[in-house]
Amino acid sequence: MTPDWPLEIHRTLSAAGVRLVGYVPDAGHKRLIELCHADGTMHAVTLTTEEEGIGLATGGWLAGERSVLLMQSSGVGNIINVLGTVRECRIPLPMLVTMRGEHGEFNPWQVPMGQATPAVLESMGVVVHRVHDAGQLGTAVDAALRLAYASYAAVAVLISQRIIGIKSFQEQAGQ
Amino acid sequence: MSAKLKRRDVADALLAERRELLVVAGLGSTAWDCTAAGDHPLTFPLWGAMGQAAMIGLGLALAQPARRVLVITGDGEMLMGLGSLATIGVQKPGNLSVVVIDNERYGETGMQQTHTAHGVDLAAVARACGFAHAETVTSAQGLAPLRRAIHQRPGPNFAAVKVAAEKIGLVLPPRDGALLKARFRRALLGEAADQQ
Repeated sequence: MTPDWPLEIHRTLSAAGVRLVGYVPDAGHKRLIELCHADGTMHAVTLTTEEEGIGLATGGWLAGERSVLLMQSSGVGNIINVLGTVRECRIPLPMLVTMRGEHGEFNPWQVPMGQATPAVLESMGVVVHRVHDAGQLGTAVDAALRLAYASYAAVAVLISQRIIGIKSFQEQAGQ
Repeated sequence: MSAKLKRRDVADALLAERRELLVVAGLGSTAWDCTAAGDHPLTFPLWGAMGQAAMIGLGLALAQPARRVLVITGDGEMLMGLGSLATIGVQKPGNLSVVVIDNERYGETGMQQTHTAHGVDLAAVARACGFAHAETVTSAQGLAPLRRAIHQRPGPNFAAVKVAAEKIGLVLPPRDGALLKARFRRALLGEAADQQ
């Protein structure tokens, strides 16, 4: 049986005291986004681009609040320059990235950014944790949050396309 | 248009008697303007992250709903983050004001014209995005009411203040981002911030 990983991640975020959740919608994060919106202790903020989430997290941390950024791997390309600010200012920034362009991708336009995602993040000083098994996601997110907040670091958990399991345009549209 | 207001006078007027105000200063000239008005631990001046000043303000405003938050930034910086006006318009933080000191130029790179020199109306954009108040200020008479609005009026508030395109001296804040972050958090949250 597939673990209910969005629920596990939500519980982990809640237990870590995350209050600000910035996101650009993604099919893989659909349920987690709904859980965060339904959580009265969290402020879920829809962004027009992933870059805004870095500003949101920076302002939140200046004011003492923990945040997390949810996005798809294509969004990693939109945040490269501002990751420099996170590093220079040592802002704790956990990012949960649903991967495209890797395991069984159906859209060729997703492949270049998806394949470049780990290298792009690492080149900007982000710690990258890759997770391929849904059963390990809760633990991986918990570890990423601890590392980010204890070390004032940017940490990305890359959630494999194998876990999300979308195989076609039709499946995506039906989400 | 040939604006008469001087940008440093605008920053001085808006930051006078700032009390508990939390300030984000956009990179370049507006960071220098805010520093010239008086370096302050509760000002977070940006040396990079072009386009993110308003979003940092939103993060502050959501996390500290009891405090007033002011973003002072330039027209070029605001244009790079126009989407953030839509995001703020949806969130509607009542304690946030965004003020663009608009000289219609990219001041740090050779005074090239920005889109506002060609008619792009930032206040109209903010209004269309759902800001509670949005105005363009062109005279010194508008500065005192704007300052009062920053401290008191339910927002989100937006103002574009048209200023002369002048090249003036640099007044630089500290450069170290970790220092700027730590001093802001200490001033706002106390020494407990260091243990967070």
